Amino acid sequence: MTNGDAGLKKTVLLDVKGLKKYFPIRRGFLQKTIGHVKAVDDVTFFLNQGETLSLVGESGCGKTTTSRCILRAITPTAGEVLLSADGEILDVATLPKNRLRSLRCQMQMIFQDPFSSLNPRMTLLDIVGEPLLVHGEGNAQERTDRVAELLRLVGLRPEYMRRYPHAFSGGQRQRIGIARALALNPRLVVADEPVSALDVSVQAQILNLLLDLQEKLGLTYLFVAHDLSVVKHISERVAVMYVGRIVETAPTEELFASPKHPYTEALLSAVPKPDPRLRSERIVLQGEVADPANTPPGCYFHPRCSYAEAVCREMTPVQEEIAPNHFVSCHRARELSLRCVARCSTV
Amino acid sequence: MRNDTKPLLSVKNLKTCFFQDEGTTEAVNGASFDVWPGKTLGIVGESGCGKSVTAQSILRIVDDPGRIVEGEILLTRADGTQTDLVKLKRNSREMRAIRGGDIGLIFQEPMTSFSPVHTVGTQIIEAVRLHNTVGKKEARRRGIEALRSVGIPKPERRIDEYSFELSGGLRQRAMIAVALSCDPRLLIADEPTTALDVTTQAQILDLLRKLQQERGMAIMLITHNLGVVAEMADDVVVMYLGRVVEEGNVDDIFHDPRHPYTKALLKSIPSIESPPRVKLPTISGSIPHPYNRPKGCPFHPRCVSATAGRCDAEEPLLQDVGGGRKVSCFLHQR
Repeated sequence: MTNGDAGLKKTVLLDVKGLKKYFPIRRGFLQKTIGHVKAVDDVTFFLNQGETLSLVGESGCGKTTTSRCILRAITPTAGEVLLSADGEILDVATLPKNRLRSLRCQMQMIFQDPFSSLNPRMTLLDIVGEPLLVHGEGNAQERTDRVAELLRLVGLRPEYMRRYPHAFSGGQRQRIGIARALALNPRLVVADEPVSALDVSVQAQILNLLLDLQEKLGLTYLFVAHDLSVVKHISERVAVMYVGRIVETAPTEELFASPKHPYTEALLSAVPKPDPRLRSERIVLQGEVADPANTPPGCYFHPRCSYAEAVCREMTPVQEEIAPNHFVSCHRARELSLRCVARCSTV
Repeated sequence: MRNDTKPLLSVKNLKTCFFQDEGTTEAVNGASFDVWPGKTLGIVGESGCGKSVTAQSILRIVDDPGRIVEGEILLTRADGTQTDLVKLKRNSREMRAIRGGDIGLIFQEPMTSFSPVHTVGTQIIEAVRLHNTVGKKEARRRGIEALRSVGIPKPERRIDEYSFELSGGLRQRAMIAVALSCDPRLLIADEPTTALDVTTQAQILDLLRKLQQERGMAIMLITHNLGVVAEMADDVVVMYLGRVVEEGNVDDIFHDPRHPYTKALLKSIPSIESPPRVKLPTISGSIPHPYNRPKGCPFHPRCVSATAGRCDAEEPLLQDVGGGRKVSCFLHQR
C-alpha cells in the first residue's frame, strides 16, 4: 500500500504510520487501570533508504519509546511500522514473535551509554561476535575473521579482540557498540543518543565514523538525540517531537533556516552558541513540558506558546505539508514568521 | 583596570592528589586563577581534567584519599581580610562558616544532591539556621523567600514537598535556592545544567544571570559545554589533565585561542550554525588514563604542533603572554 506514493520518491525503507504506545497507569489493590501515559501518540514519518532522520526533543517526549517500538523491543499499542525487507513489506508492529528474530538482522541499535551496554565479562570477540552466533552465521574461524574485519571498520585494532571492555575508553567502547550493531549487515541502524555520554573531543570522532560508515555501507540511520548541534551535523532530515507527537519534520537545512513550529523556534534559540559575540536574545520557554498522562486540550504546546490563539486551545492541529517534505502541525504555521538560527543563511 | 580591587578568590598553584594503592593521581596539578567580584569565571575541560576536584578543593570537601598537597586558596572575606582556605582544618568552625556562608555550591545532579527523606524546606531551613542565628519561623520565611527568588511557583506549598515531587528544572532551581539562602559572595556551579534539557538549561542560565546582577555575586561555572561558557562567562580557564592550559577573557579564548588544545577543542565541537553533514576536524586519540599520564606536556600525544624532544620531555609552565592571557605551551613561550 505504500508503494503507490513511494514510487515517486526515493525508496522508502521504513514507513511509520499512526504509531501509538500507551503505558497504563495502575493503582489500587486490584491494579485497576486509571489512565494512560501517552508516550507516543500518533506518530507518522518515513525513512528513505540510505538517509539519516533525526528525532529530537526534550526528555520524556517519547523519542526513545518511538525508536524501541520500531525495533519491536516493545510492542506498540497501535499503528503500523512498515519495513521493506528484500522486496516485501513487513509490518514490524504486528509480526508474530517467531519471525522477529530473522527480521532483526535488518535493524540494529547503537546504545547511549557505552559503559553499561557492554557486558564486562565478555571479550570484544564475544561481544561483537554474539549477533553472528545468535543468527548462526559461520563457524568459529569465520566469526573471528568477521569480528576482526568489523573492528578494523570502526577504527579499532583487531589484536584487541581478546580484551575486555574495561580496557577501553568511552569513545573506543562506543566503537565496539557500533561494530556489534553492524555485525549482521543491517540496513537500518537506530542510534539512541550515541554521543551524549562522550567527551566533546571524542564526540566528533564518533560522528565522523557514523558518517563514514553510512557512505561505505549505505546504511540508513534513525538518530535519536536531544543535542541540536549534533543533529545538524549528522542528519538529512529532522523530526521534532513534543509530548509524544511529531510537531515538525523538515530537511535539516530548512528546519534550521526557517522553522515553522513555535516549539522548534524555541528549541533552536535555547541552544547555547559557542561564540561569546552571539549572546543573542533567547526565547526562554516558561513553564514545564506537558504531562503525557494528563495532556492539555487542543495543541499540546499551547500553554507555553507565545503565539497561541483561541483555536490552539480547542483544536488539535493536523499535520500539513507546507513546503516539499516540510510537515508541520500548527494552526498558525502559514502566518507566523519565526526566528531561525542566527547567521544560518550566511554560512 | 582591576588593580583597585582584590580578587574575591585567588587560587595559586593548587595541587590536589589522590593517594591510592595503585599509585598517586595528580587530579589537579598547579592550577592558578582568580575569581573577581560580580564576574563569572568559566572553567572548561573534558572529563578527568580536574575541574570538579578544583571546586572540591576550594570548599575543602575532597574525599579521601585525596589531599591538597600544595598551593594557596585565598578568599577575601566580607571585611576585606584574606583567609587561606588550605591552612584551615577541613571541619573547623571557620571552614564550615565559609562553606555555604561565603561560598555556595550547586551540584550537577539535582536528584542525588537532595535528601529524598527530607522535604525541600527542611533542607533550606537547615542551611539558613546553620549560618544565621534565626528562629524556625524566620528561617522558614527566608526559605520561602529564597524559593520565590529563583522563580518557583507557589513557594509556600513547594517548601513542604520532597525533591522527587519536583521536575528536573524545579529541582535545580530549589538547589540554587539552597545555595543562595545564605547570600554567598561566590557561587560555585559544577555542571549546573548538564542533566537538563536545552529549554530548561536556558531557563536556569537566565536565572543565574539575573541573580548575579541582583546580588553582585561572583560565579565560578564549571562545565564541559563550550556553548554554556560562551553565553555566561567573563573569563575562561581551560583545563586539561589537571593543568590549566589557557586562561583569558572569553572573547579572546573563543576568537583567538592560543593553546593547540583550545584550538582543536573549539574546532571539533559541532555547532548549530555550521552547515549540515560536514566532517568535523577531530582531536586524535583519547584522554589518557590518570595513571599513565604522558611525560612532558600532557597534551603532546594528541597535539598536532608537538615538537619531538621538547614537548615530550619537559613540561611547559603557565606563562603570561600579555593582554591578561596565560598559556602553557612552548609555542608561546619566550
